[in-house]
Amino acid sequence: MSAQHGDRAAAAKTPGPLSQLAGKGGGAPLLRVEGLSRKYGGRIGCSDVSFDLHAGEVLAVVGESGSGKSTLLQLLATRLALDAGSLHYQITGRGLVDLSALSEADRRWLMRTDWGYVEQNPRDGLRMNVSAGANVGERLMAVGARHYGEIRSTAKDWLQRVEMDPARLDELPTGFSGGMQQRLQIARNLVTRPRLVFMDEPTAGLDVSVQARLLDLLRELVTDLGLAAVIVTHDLAVARLLAHRILVMREGRVVETGLTDQVLDDPQHPYTQLLVSSVLQV
Amino acid sequence: MNALPGYNFAYLDEQTKRMIRRALLKAVAIPGYQVPFGSREMPLPYGWGTGGIQVTASILGQEDVLKVIDQGSDDTTNAVNIRRFFNRTAGMATTDRTEEASIIQTRHRIPEKPLNENQILVFQVPLPEPMTRLEPREAVTRKLHALADYGLMHVKLYEDIARYGHIATTYDYPVLVNGRYLMAPSPIPKFDNPKLHMSPALQLFGAGREKRVYAIPPWTRVESLDFEDHPFSIQRWQQPCALCDAEDSFLDEVVLDGGGRMFVCSDSDYCQTRQAAGHTGSENTPTEVSA
Repeated sequence: MSAQHGDRAAAAKTPGPLSQLAGKGGGAPLLRVEGLSRKYGGRIGCSDVSFDLHAGEVLAVVGESGSGKSTLLQLLATRLALDAGSLHYQITGRGLVDLSALSEADRRWLMRTDWGYVEQNPRDGLRMNVSAGANVGERLMAVGARHYGEIRSTAKDWLQRVEMDPARLDELPTGFSGGMQQRLQIARNLVTRPRLVFMDEPTAGLDVSVQARLLDLLRELVTDLGLAAVIVTHDLAVARLLAHRILVMREGRVVETGLTDQVLDDPQHPYTQLLVSSVLQV
Repeated sequence: MNALPGYNFAYLDEQTKRMIRRALLKAVAIPGYQVPFGSREMPLPYGWGTGGIQVTASILGQEDVLKVIDQGSDDTTNAVNIRRFFNRTAGMATTDRTEEASIIQTRHRIPEKPLNENQILVFQVPLPEPMTRLEPREAVTRKLHALADYGLMHVKLYEDIARYGHIATTYDYPVLVNGRYLMAPSPIPKFDNPKLHMSPALQLFGAGREKRVYAIPPWTRVESLDFEDHPFSIQRWQQPCALCDAEDSFLDEVVLDGGGRMFVCSDSDYCQTRQAAGHTGSENTPTEVSA
Protein backbone atom coordinates (compact mmCIF):
# COMPACT_ATOMS: atom_id res chain seq x y z
CA MET A 1 0.00 0.00 0.00
CA SER A 2 2.63 2.51 1.06
CA ALA A 3 4.58 1.91 -2.13
CA GLN A 4 1.48 2.75 -4.14
CA HIS A 5 1.03 6.00 -2.28
CA GLY A 6 4.60 6.95 -3.08
CA ASP A 7 4.01 6.25 -6.76
CA ARG A 8 0.98 8.42 -7.03
CA ALA A 9 2.66 11.74 -7.62
CA ALA A 10 4.78 10.24 -10.36
CA ALA A 11 1.86 8.41 -11.89
CA ALA A 12 -0.18 11.60 -12.01
CA LYS A 13 2.25 13.11 -14.48
CA THR A 14 1.92 10.38 -17.08
CA PRO A 15 -1.47 10.13 -18.76
CA GLY A 16 -3.37 6.95 -18.05
CA PRO A 17 -4.08 4.30 -20.65
CA LEU A 18 -7.51 5.69 -21.37
CA SER A 19 -6.38 9.11 -22.43
CA GLN A 20 -4.26 7.47 -25.09
CA LEU A 21 -7.22 5.47 -26.23
CA ALA A 22 -9.46 8.50 -26.31
CA GLY A 23 -6.92 10.58 -28.18
CA LYS A 24 -7.84 8.65 -31.32
CA GLY A 25 -10.67 11.02 -32.23
CA GLY A 26 -8.30 13.96 -32.58
CA GLY A 27 -9.07 17.52 -31.49
CA ALA A 28 -9.00 18.81 -27.96
CA PRO A 29 -11.08 16.91 -25.40
CA LEU A 30 -14.03 18.50 -23.60
CA LEU A 31 -12.80 17.30 -20.23
CA ARG A 32 -9.27 16.16 -19.44
CA VAL A 33 -8.77 14.25 -16.22
CA GLU A 34 -5.26 13.54 -15.00
CA GLY A 35 -4.16 11.59 -11.94
CA LEU A 36 -7.30 12.32 -9.95
CA SER A 37 -6.95 11.17 -6.33
CA ARG A 38 -8.87 11.61 -3.15
CA LYS A 39 -8.43 10.00 0.23
CA TYR A 40 -10.77 9.87 3.17
CA GLY A 41 -8.28 9.85 6.02
CA GLY A 42 -6.17 6.76 5.43
CA ARG A 43 -8.79 5.20 3.19
CA ILE A 44 -8.60 5.58 -0.57
CA GLY A 45 -11.69 7.14 -2.14
CA CYS A 46 -10.35 7.30 -5.62
CA SER A 47 -6.79 6.97 -6.83
CA ASP A 48 -4.94 8.07 -9.95
CA VAL A 49 -7.82 8.21 -12.42
CA SER A 50 -7.05 9.71 -15.82
CA PHE A 51 -9.11 9.97 -18.99
CA ASP A 52 -10.21 12.34 -21.72
CA LEU A 53 -13.84 12.93 -22.53
CA HIS A 54 -14.75 14.33 -25.92
CA ALA A 55 -17.82 16.32 -26.89
CA GLY A 56 -20.84 14.09 -27.42
CA GLU A 57 -19.21 11.12 -25.78
CA VAL A 58 -20.87 9.07 -23.05
CA LEU A 59 -18.66 7.40 -20.48
CA ALA A 60 -20.00 4.87 -17.99
CA VAL A 61 -18.24 4.29 -14.70
CA VAL A 62 -19.10 0.84 -13.34
CA GLY A 63 -18.06 -1.07 -10.29
CA GLU A 64 -19.47 -2.46 -7.07
CA SER A 65 -20.56 -0.39 -4.09
CA GLY A 66 -17.62 1.34 -2.44
CA SER A 67 -15.43 1.14 -5.52
CA GLY A 68 -15.08 4.93 -5.69
CA LYS A 69 -17.56 5.63 -8.50
CA SER A 70 -19.48 8.33 -6.69
CA THR A 71 -16.31 9.88 -5.28
CA LEU A 72 -14.96 10.12 -8.82
CA LEU A 73 -18.16 11.77 -10.05
CA GLN A 74 -18.13 14.32 -7.25
CA LEU A 75 -14.49 15.10 -7.91
CA LEU A 76 -15.26 15.61 -11.59
CA ALA A 77 -18.17 17.91 -10.78
CA THR A 78 -15.87 19.87 -8.43
CA ARG A 79 -18.12 19.07 -5.51
CA LEU A 80 -15.21 17.50 -3.67
CA ALA A 81 -11.71 18.91 -3.40
CA LEU A 82 -8.91 17.00 -5.12
CA ASP A 83 -6.00 15.62 -3.13
CA ALA A 84 -3.94 15.23 -6.27
CA GLY A 85 -4.36 15.46 -10.02
CA SER A 86 -5.93 18.01 -12.28
CA LEU A 87 -9.14 18.72 -14.17
CA HIS A 88 -9.23 20.73 -17.38
CA TYR A 89 -12.42 21.70 -19.15
CA GLN A 90 -12.96 23.18 -22.59
CA ILE A 91 -14.74 26.49 -21.95
CA THR A 92 -16.26 27.99 -25.08
CA GLY A 93 -13.96 30.72 -26.31
CA ARG A 94 -11.30 30.12 -23.66
CA GLY A 95 -9.87 26.72 -24.54
CA LEU A 96 -8.87 24.08 -21.99
CA VAL A 97 -9.03 25.72 -18.57
CA ASP A 98 -7.75 24.33 -15.29
CA LEU A 99 -10.87 24.13 -13.14
CA SER A 100 -8.95 24.66 -9.92
CA ALA A 101 -7.78 28.02 -11.27
CA LEU A 102 -11.34 29.23 -11.92
CA SER A 103 -12.92 31.62 -9.45
CA GLU A 104 -15.82 30.23 -7.48
CA ALA A 105 -18.22 32.54 -9.30
CA ASP A 106 -17.00 31.27 -12.68
CA ARG A 107 -17.22 27.69 -11.54
CA ARG A 108 -20.79 28.13 -10.35
CA TRP A 109 -21.68 29.77 -13.60
CA LEU A 110 -20.20 26.83 -15.47
CA MET A 111 -22.07 24.36 -13.29
CA ARG A 112 -25.45 25.81 -14.06
CA THR A 113 -25.03 26.69 -17.70
CA ASP A 114 -22.61 24.30 -19.32
CA TRP A 115 -22.95 21.40 -16.89
CA GLY A 116 -25.70 19.34 -15.38
CA TYR A 117 -25.76 17.00 -12.41
CA VAL A 118 -28.49 14.41 -12.12
CA GLU A 119 -28.69 13.03 -8.61
CA GLN A 120 -29.54 9.44 -7.84
CA ASN A 121 -32.38 10.56 -5.59
CA PRO A 122 -34.44 13.22 -7.42
CA ARG A 123 -35.32 14.78 -4.07
CA ASP A 124 -31.71 15.88 -3.72
CA GLY A 125 -31.70 17.54 -7.12
CA LEU A 126 -35.13 19.14 -7.06
CA ARG A 127 -36.64 21.91 -5.02
CA MET A 128 -39.54 19.99 -3.54
CA ASN A 129 -41.49 23.01 -2.25
CA VAL A 130 -41.85 24.85 -5.56
CA SER A 131 -43.76 23.83 -8.69
CA ALA A 132 -42.35 21.81 -11.57
CA GLY A 133 -42.24 24.97 -13.69
CA ALA A 134 -40.18 26.84 -11.12
CA ASN A 135 -37.85 23.86 -10.84
CA VAL A 136 -37.18 23.88 -14.56
CA GLY A 137 -37.05 27.68 -14.68
CA GLU A 138 -34.62 28.08 -11.78
CA ARG A 139 -31.49 27.77 -13.90
CA LEU A 140 -32.90 30.21 -16.42
CA MET A 141 -33.61 32.75 -13.70
CA ALA A 142 -30.18 32.13 -12.19
CA VAL A 143 -28.55 33.14 -15.45
CA GLY A 144 -30.70 36.26 -15.77
CA ALA A 145 -34.02 35.37 -17.45
CA ARG A 146 -36.55 37.93 -16.21
CA HIS A 147 -39.55 37.34 -18.47
CA TYR A 148 -42.17 35.20 -16.74
CA GLY A 149 -44.00 34.21 -19.92
CA GLU A 150 -40.85 33.06 -21.68
CA ILE A 151 -39.54 31.13 -18.68
CA ARG A 152 -42.88 29.41 -18.41
CA SER A 153 -43.14 28.44 -22.05
CA THR A 154 -39.56 27.12 -22.02
CA ALA A 155 -40.37 25.06 -18.93
CA LYS A 156 -43.49 23.70 -20.63
CA ASP A 157 -41.44 22.77 -23.67
CA TRP A 158 -39.01 20.85 -21.57
CA LEU A 159 -41.71 18.94 -19.74
CA GLN A 160 -42.88 17.74 -23.14
CA ARG A 161 -39.37 16.83 -24.18
CA VAL A 162 -38.98 14.57 -21.16
CA GLU A 163 -42.42 13.10 -21.91
CA MET A 164 -44.27 14.64 -19.00
CA ASP A 165 -47.76 16.07 -19.18
CA PRO A 166 -47.31 19.87 -19.55
CA ALA A 167 -50.59 20.32 -17.67
CA ARG A 168 -48.69 19.39 -14.51
CA LEU A 169 -46.44 22.44 -14.83
CA ASP A 170 -47.83 24.09 -11.70
CA GLU A 171 -47.87 21.01 -9.50
CA LEU A 172 -45.37 20.35 -6.74
CA PRO A 173 -42.87 17.55 -7.39
CA THR A 174 -43.98 15.89 -4.15
CA GLY A 175 -47.07 14.73 -6.02
CA PHE A 176 -45.05 13.07 -8.79
CA SER A 177 -44.00 9.44 -9.03
CA GLY A 178 -40.32 8.55 -8.74
CA GLY A 179 -39.93 8.21 -12.50
CA MET A 180 -41.58 11.57 -13.11
CA GLN A 181 -39.41 13.25 -10.50
CA GLN A 182 -36.36 11.86 -12.25
CA ARG A 183 -37.64 13.19 -15.58
CA LEU A 184 -38.23 16.56 -14.03
CA GLN A 185 -34.72 16.57 -12.64
CA ILE A 186 -33.36 15.81 -16.08
CA ALA A 187 -35.41 18.62 -17.64
CA ARG A 188 -34.21 21.01 -14.95
CA ASN A 189 -30.62 20.17 -15.79
CA LEU A 190 -30.94 20.29 -19.56
CA VAL A 191 -32.87 23.55 -19.84
CA THR A 192 -29.73 25.65 -20.27
CA ARG A 193 -28.47 23.19 -22.91
CA PRO A 194 -25.35 22.03 -21.12
CA ARG A 195 -22.55 20.27 -22.96
CA LEU A 196 -21.61 17.95 -20.13
CA VAL A 197 -23.89 16.10 -17.73
CA PHE A 198 -22.92 14.02 -14.71
CA MET A 199 -25.38 11.33 -13.69
CA ASP A 200 -25.23 9.35 -10.49
CA GLU A 201 -27.21 6.13 -10.92
CA PRO A 202 -30.02 7.94 -12.76
CA THR A 203 -32.21 4.86 -13.01
CA ALA A 204 -31.60 3.27 -9.63
CA GLY A 205 -34.65 3.05 -7.43
CA LEU A 206 -37.07 2.88 -10.36
CA ASP A 207 -38.94 -0.24 -11.36
CA VAL A 208 -37.78 -1.95 -14.53
CA SER A 209 -40.42 -0.75 -16.97
CA VAL A 210 -40.00 2.85 -15.86
CA GLN A 211 -36.26 2.33 -16.00
CA ALA A 212 -36.48 1.15 -19.58
CA ARG A 213 -38.48 4.17 -20.67
CA LEU A 214 -36.16 6.56 -18.87
CA LEU A 215 -33.13 4.95 -20.49
CA ASP A 216 -34.80 5.30 -23.85
CA LEU A 217 -35.44 8.96 -23.18
CA LEU A 218 -31.88 9.55 -21.97
CA ARG A 219 -30.43 7.90 -25.05
CA GLU A 220 -32.60 10.05 -27.26
CA LEU A 221 -31.71 13.29 -25.47
CA VAL A 222 -28.02 12.51 -25.42
CA THR A 223 -27.97 11.94 -29.19
CA ASP A 224 -30.30 14.84 -29.99
CA LEU A 225 -28.40 17.38 -27.93
CA GLY A 226 -24.94 15.95 -28.55
CA LEU A 227 -24.37 15.75 -24.81
CA ALA A 228 -21.22 14.45 -23.28
CA ALA A 229 -22.02 12.50 -20.14
CA VAL A 230 -20.35 10.66 -17.32
CA ILE A 231 -22.77 8.10 -15.92
CA VAL A 232 -22.06 6.26 -12.73
CA THR A 233 -23.93 2.99 -12.49
CA HIS A 234 -23.69 -0.45 -11.04
CA ASP A 235 -26.05 -1.72 -13.71
CA LEU A 236 -24.11 -3.04 -16.69
CA ALA A 237 -27.25 -2.93 -18.85
CA VAL A 238 -27.40 0.84 -18.41
CA ALA A 239 -23.79 1.10 -19.47
CA ARG A 240 -24.44 -1.12 -22.48
CA LEU A 241 -27.41 0.96 -23.61
CA LEU A 242 -26.04 4.46 -23.11
CA ALA A 243 -22.28 4.49 -23.03
CA HIS A 244 -19.71 4.61 -25.79
CA ARG A 245 -16.91 3.86 -23.40
CA ILE A 246 -16.69 2.18 -20.06
CA LEU A 247 -14.42 2.51 -17.08
CA VAL A 248 -14.38 -0.29 -14.52
CA MET A 249 -13.41 0.69 -10.99
CA ARG A 250 -12.40 -1.36 -8.01
CA GLU A 251 -11.12 -0.15 -4.66
CA GLY A 252 -10.73 3.37 -5.96
CA ARG A 253 -8.68 2.42 -9.01
CA VAL A 254 -9.50 1.96 -12.66
CA VAL A 255 -8.93 -1.70 -13.50
CA GLU A 256 -10.13 -1.77 -17.08
CA THR A 257 -11.22 0.70 -19.73
CA GLY A 258 -12.30 0.50 -23.34
CA LEU A 259 -15.21 0.61 -25.73
CA THR A 260 -18.38 -0.57 -24.03
CA ASP A 261 -19.05 -3.58 -26.23
CA GLN A 262 -15.43 -4.58 -26.19
CA VAL A 263 -15.19 -4.53 -22.41
CA LEU A 264 -18.52 -6.22 -21.80
CA ASP A 265 -18.12 -8.90 -24.47
CA ASP A 266 -14.50 -9.64 -23.85
CA PRO A 267 -13.55 -8.61 -20.32
CA GLN A 268 -9.82 -8.90 -19.63
CA HIS A 269 -9.46 -8.14 -15.94
CA PRO A 270 -10.62 -10.85 -13.56
CA TYR A 271 -12.77 -8.36 -11.67
CA THR A 272 -14.54 -7.26 -14.86
CA GLN A 273 -15.04 -10.91 -15.78
CA LEU A 274 -16.64 -11.41 -12.38
CA LEU A 275 -18.88 -8.37 -12.85
CA VAL A 276 -20.03 -9.45 -16.30
CA SER A 277 -20.66 -13.02 -15.22
CA SER A 278 -22.63 -11.85 -12.18
CA VAL A 279 -25.37 -10.29 -14.27
CA LEU A 280 -28.60 -12.23 -13.83
CA GLN A 281 -30.04 -13.66 -16.99
CA VAL A 282 -33.78 -13.96 -17.20
CA MET B 1 -32.92 65.70 31.73
CA ASN B 2 -34.92 63.37 33.97
CA ALA B 3 -33.80 59.85 33.19
CA LEU B 4 -34.19 57.11 35.78
CA PRO B 5 -31.20 56.93 38.14
CA GLY B 6 -29.06 53.79 37.99
CA TYR B 7 -29.22 53.39 34.22
CA ASN B 8 -26.70 54.52 31.67
CA PHE B 9 -28.07 56.99 29.13
CA ALA B 10 -30.42 55.08 26.80
CA TYR B 11 -30.07 51.83 28.80
CA LEU B 12 -27.12 50.22 26.95
CA ASP B 13 -23.60 50.63 28.32
CA GLU B 14 -21.19 52.73 26.29
CA GLN B 15 -19.04 49.82 25.09
CA THR B 16 -22.08 48.06 23.67
CA LYS B 17 -23.13 51.23 21.91
CA ARG B 18 -19.67 51.58 20.41
CA MET B 19 -19.79 47.99 19.18
CA ILE B 20 -23.17 48.58 17.55
CA ARG B 21 -22.02 51.85 16.02
CA ARG B 22 -19.03 50.11 14.50
CA ALA B 23 -21.36 47.53 12.97
CA LEU B 24 -23.61 50.33 11.72
CA LEU B 25 -20.68 52.13 10.08
CA LYS B 26 -19.82 48.98 8.23
CA ALA B 27 -23.47 48.52 7.26
CA VAL B 28 -23.63 52.05 5.86
CA ALA B 29 -20.39 51.48 3.96
CA ILE B 30 -21.81 48.36 2.27
CA PRO B 31 -25.45 49.20 1.53
CA GLY B 32 -27.77 46.25 2.07
CA TYR B 33 -25.09 43.95 3.50
CA GLN B 34 -26.02 42.19 6.74
CA VAL B 35 -23.42 42.93 9.40
CA PRO B 36 -23.30 40.62 12.43
CA PHE B 37 -23.26 42.30 15.84
CA GLY B 38 -23.32 41.17 19.45
CA SER B 39 -27.01 41.56 20.16
CA ARG B 40 -27.71 42.08 23.87
CA GLU B 41 -30.51 40.85 26.05
CA MET B 42 -33.08 43.63 26.22
CA PRO B 43 -35.88 44.03 28.75
CA LEU B 44 -38.47 42.87 26.25
CA PRO B 45 -38.95 39.65 24.28
CA TYR B 46 -37.48 38.91 20.86
CA GLY B 47 -39.93 39.90 18.18
CA TRP B 48 -40.90 43.09 19.99
CA GLY B 49 -38.18 45.21 18.50
CA THR B 50 -34.99 44.27 20.36
CA GLY B 51 -32.91 44.96 17.25
CA GLY B 52 -34.49 48.31 16.56
CA ILE B 53 -34.16 49.39 20.20
CA GLN B 54 -30.46 48.56 20.30
CA VAL B 55 -29.84 50.51 17.09
CA THR B 56 -31.86 53.47 18.40
CA ALA B 57 -30.10 53.36 21.79
CA SER B 58 -26.67 53.40 20.20
CA ILE B 59 -27.34 56.43 17.95
CA LEU B 60 -29.45 58.44 20.40
CA GLY B 61 -28.15 61.76 21.73
CA GLN B 62 -29.49 64.24 24.34
CA GLU B 63 -30.65 66.58 21.61
CA ASP B 64 -32.56 63.99 19.60
CA VAL B 65 -36.31 63.91 19.30
CA LEU B 66 -37.69 60.38 19.06
CA LYS B 67 -40.83 59.15 17.36
CA VAL B 68 -41.86 55.50 17.58
CA ILE B 69 -44.49 53.96 15.33
CA ASP B 70 -45.96 50.50 15.08
CA GLN B 71 -48.02 49.68 11.99
CA GLY B 72 -48.02 53.41 11.26
CA SER B 73 -49.58 54.35 14.58
CA ASP B 74 -47.99 56.14 17.54
CA ASP B 75 -50.55 54.76 19.96
CA THR B 76 -50.22 51.00 19.74
CA THR B 77 -48.69 48.93 22.55
CA ASN B 78 -45.30 48.38 20.96
CA ALA B 79 -44.88 52.05 20.06
CA VAL B 80 -46.07 53.37 23.40
CA ASN B 81 -43.80 51.02 25.36
CA ILE B 82 -40.67 51.68 23.36
CA ARG B 83 -41.27 55.44 23.50
CA ARG B 84 -41.74 55.27 27.27
CA PHE B 85 -38.65 53.06 27.60
CA PHE B 86 -36.47 55.73 26.02
CA ASN B 87 -38.29 58.46 27.89
CA ARG B 88 -37.32 56.81 31.15
CA THR B 89 -33.81 55.63 30.34
CA ALA B 90 -32.68 58.59 28.25
CA GLY B 91 -35.02 61.30 29.48
CA MET B 92 -35.13 62.80 26.03
CA ALA B 93 -37.90 64.44 24.06
CA THR B 94 -40.39 62.35 22.12
CA THR B 95 -42.95 63.36 19.57
CA ASP B 96 -45.80 62.04 17.45
CA ARG B 97 -45.07 64.38 14.60
CA THR B 98 -42.99 63.00 11.75
CA GLU B 99 -41.45 66.34 10.78
CA GLU B 100 -40.31 67.11 14.34
CA ALA B 101 -38.52 63.81 14.91
CA SER B 102 -34.80 63.34 14.32
CA ILE B 103 -34.97 59.58 14.87
CA ILE B 104 -38.00 57.49 13.98
CA GLN B 105 -38.11 53.88 15.10
CA THR B 106 -40.66 51.95 13.12
CA ARG B 107 -42.29 48.59 12.86
CA HIS B 108 -44.04 47.67 9.58
CA ARG B 109 -44.36 51.16 8.03
CA ILE B 110 -42.53 54.15 6.61
CA PRO B 111 -44.25 57.47 7.46
CA GLU B 112 -46.29 59.03 4.65
CA LYS B 113 -44.70 62.46 5.06
CA PRO B 114 -41.46 62.67 3.09
CA LEU B 115 -38.39 62.44 5.32
CA ASN B 116 -35.43 64.80 5.18
CA GLU B 117 -31.61 64.66 5.45
CA ASN B 118 -31.65 65.29 9.19
CA GLN B 119 -33.74 62.26 10.02
CA ILE B 120 -32.82 58.64 10.66
CA LEU B 121 -35.34 55.85 10.22
CA VAL B 122 -34.73 52.73 12.36
CA PHE B 123 -36.54 49.54 11.31
CA GLN B 124 -37.32 46.57 13.55
CA VAL B 125 -36.51 43.44 11.57
CA PRO B 126 -37.72 39.93 12.42
CA LEU B 127 -36.00 38.06 9.54
CA PRO B 128 -33.06 39.83 7.90
CA GLU B 129 -32.38 37.11 5.33
CA PRO B 130 -34.74 37.44 2.33
CA MET B 131 -33.91 33.97 0.97
CA THR B 132 -34.35 32.09 4.20
CA ARG B 133 -37.64 30.46 3.18
CA LEU B 134 -36.06 28.95 0.08
CA GLU B 135 -32.62 28.25 1.46
CA PRO B 136 -32.57 27.74 5.23
CA ARG B 137 -28.80 27.14 5.46
CA GLU B 138 -27.14 30.41 6.36
CA ALA B 139 -23.73 29.27 5.12
CA VAL B 140 -25.33 28.92 1.69
CA THR B 141 -27.24 32.21 1.69
CA ARG B 142 -24.09 34.08 2.68
CA LYS B 143 -22.30 32.54 -0.26
CA LEU B 144 -25.19 33.51 -2.54
CA HIS B 145 -24.87 37.09 -1.29
CA ALA B 146 -21.11 37.03 -1.78
CA LEU B 147 -21.53 35.93 -5.39
CA ALA B 148 -24.61 38.11 -5.99
CA ASP B 149 -26.36 34.92 -7.03
CA TYR B 150 -29.99 35.94 -6.61
CA GLY B 151 -31.87 33.74 -9.08
CA LEU B 152 -33.45 31.98 -6.11
CA MET B 153 -35.50 35.03 -5.16
CA HIS B 154 -37.04 35.08 -8.63
CA VAL B 155 -38.00 31.43 -8.17
CA LYS B 156 -40.20 32.59 -5.30
CA LEU B 157 -41.75 35.36 -7.39
CA TYR B 158 -42.26 32.90 -10.27
CA GLU B 159 -44.01 30.57 -7.86
CA ASP B 160 -46.27 33.42 -6.73
CA ILE B 161 -47.37 34.17 -10.28
CA ALA B 162 -47.81 30.48 -11.11
CA ARG B 163 -50.09 30.02 -8.10
CA TYR B 164 -51.97 33.30 -7.85
CA GLY B 165 -51.61 34.90 -11.28
CA HIS B 166 -49.69 37.85 -9.87
CA ILE B 167 -46.83 38.47 -7.45
CA ALA B 168 -48.66 37.81 -4.22
CA THR B 169 -45.88 39.00 -1.91
CA THR B 170 -47.37 42.12 -0.34
CA TYR B 171 -45.02 42.81 2.55
CA ASP B 172 -41.30 42.27 3.12
CA TYR B 173 -41.03 42.51 -0.65
CA PRO B 174 -37.40 41.80 -1.65
CA VAL B 175 -35.30 44.69 -2.95
CA LEU B 176 -31.90 45.07 -4.54
CA VAL B 177 -29.86 47.81 -2.85
CA ASN B 178 -27.45 49.91 -4.89
CA GLY B 179 -27.54 47.27 -7.64
CA ARG B 180 -25.67 44.80 -5.48
CA TYR B 181 -27.15 43.31 -2.31
CA LEU B 182 -30.51 41.62 -2.02
CA MET B 183 -32.26 42.89 1.09
CA ALA B 184 -35.39 42.21 3.11
CA PRO B 185 -36.95 45.61 3.80
CA SER B 186 -38.53 44.24 7.02
CA PRO B 187 -42.29 43.60 6.94
CA ILE B 188 -43.27 46.97 5.51
CA PRO B 189 -46.05 46.77 2.91
CA LYS B 190 -44.76 46.83 -0.65
CA PHE B 191 -46.63 50.15 -0.80
CA ASP B 192 -43.65 51.61 1.08
CA ASN B 193 -40.94 50.09 -1.11
CA PRO B 194 -40.73 53.12 -3.44
CA LYS B 195 -40.03 55.30 -0.39
CA LEU B 196 -36.82 53.34 0.27
CA HIS B 197 -35.49 54.44 -3.10
CA MET B 198 -33.33 57.61 -3.08
CA SER B 199 -34.52 58.51 0.40
CA PRO B 200 -32.81 61.61 1.85
CA ALA B 201 -32.94 60.02 5.31
CA LEU B 202 -30.51 57.39 6.58
CA GLN B 203 -32.30 54.05 7.00
CA LEU B 204 -31.00 51.55 9.57
CA PHE B 205 -32.27 48.01 10.12
CA GLY B 206 -31.78 46.02 13.31
CA ALA B 207 -32.58 42.35 13.87
CA GLY B 208 -32.05 41.48 17.55
CA ARG B 209 -32.72 37.77 17.57
CA GLU B 210 -30.81 37.17 14.33
CA LYS B 211 -28.01 39.53 15.48
CA ARG B 212 -27.72 41.48 12.24
CA VAL B 213 -27.79 45.13 11.29
CA TYR B 214 -27.93 46.56 7.78
CA ALA B 215 -28.48 49.96 6.26
CA ILE B 216 -29.52 52.01 3.27
CA PRO B 217 -27.47 55.23 3.19
CA PRO B 218 -29.22 58.40 1.98
CA TRP B 219 -29.73 58.73 -1.76
CA THR B 220 -29.22 55.06 -2.55
CA ARG B 221 -30.88 53.18 -5.38
CA VAL B 222 -33.36 50.58 -4.13
CA GLU B 223 -35.17 48.46 -6.72
CA SER B 224 -37.98 46.02 -6.03
CA LEU B 225 -37.50 42.72 -7.86
CA ASP B 226 -39.97 41.84 -10.60
CA PHE B 227 -40.41 40.23 -14.01
CA GLU B 228 -40.46 42.16 -17.29
CA ASP B 229 -44.01 41.01 -18.00
CA HIS B 230 -45.12 41.28 -14.35
CA PRO B 231 -43.69 44.62 -13.21
CA PHE B 232 -43.63 45.68 -9.57
CA SER B 233 -46.75 47.57 -8.50
CA ILE B 234 -48.03 48.90 -5.19
CA GLN B 235 -51.39 48.42 -3.50
CA ARG B 236 -54.32 50.68 -4.52
CA TRP B 237 -57.66 51.21 -2.82
CA GLN B 238 -61.12 51.83 -4.22
CA GLN B 239 -61.88 54.68 -1.82
CA PRO B 240 -59.92 57.41 -0.01
CA CYS B 241 -59.34 57.47 3.77
CA ALA B 242 -62.70 57.65 5.59
CA LEU B 243 -61.36 60.22 8.07
CA CYS B 244 -59.08 62.53 6.10
CA ASP B 245 -59.96 61.78 2.47
CA ALA B 246 -56.31 61.05 1.59
CA GLU B 247 -55.87 59.15 -1.64
CA ASP B 248 -52.12 58.71 -1.45
CA SER B 249 -51.68 56.86 1.83
CA PHE B 250 -51.68 53.24 2.94
CA LEU B 251 -55.12 52.34 4.27
CA ASP B 252 -56.12 49.90 7.01
CA GLU B 253 -59.50 48.22 6.94
CA VAL B 254 -61.32 48.79 10.23
CA VAL B 255 -64.40 46.76 11.19
CA LEU B 256 -66.99 49.00 12.84
CA ASP B 257 -69.33 48.18 15.72
CA GLY B 258 -72.41 48.23 13.52
CA GLY B 259 -70.92 45.56 11.25
CA GLY B 260 -69.80 47.99 8.59
CA ARG B 261 -66.20 48.67 7.71
CA MET B 262 -64.12 51.66 6.81
CA PHE B 263 -60.70 52.33 5.37
CA VAL B 264 -58.47 54.74 7.28
CA CYS B 265 -54.85 55.84 7.02
CA SER B 266 -52.49 53.51 8.84
CA ASP B 267 -50.18 56.50 9.50
CA SER B 268 -52.02 58.14 12.41
CA ASP B 269 -49.89 61.30 12.41
CA TYR B 270 -50.50 61.86 8.71
CA CYS B 271 -54.24 61.35 9.13
CA GLN B 272 -54.51 63.68 12.13
CA THR B 273 -52.44 66.40 10.46
CA ARG B 274 -54.74 66.30 7.46
CA GLN B 275 -57.85 66.38 9.63
CA ALA B 276 -56.47 69.35 11.54
CA ALA B 277 -55.94 71.08 8.21
CA GLY B 278 -59.65 70.71 7.49
CA HIS B 279 -59.77 67.54 5.36
CA THR B 280 -62.72 65.32 6.16
CA GLY B 281 -63.73 61.94 4.88
CA SER B 282 -67.00 60.03 4.55
CA GLU B 283 -67.04 58.99 8.24
CA ASN B 284 -66.54 62.39 9.85
CA THR B 285 -68.24 65.05 7.75
CA PRO B 286 -68.69 68.31 9.73
CA THR B 287 -72.46 67.83 10.08
CA GLU B 288 -72.00 64.47 11.79
CA VAL B 289 -69.40 65.85 14.18
CA SER B 290 -71.54 68.80 15.27
CA ALA B 291 -74.69 66.69 15.60
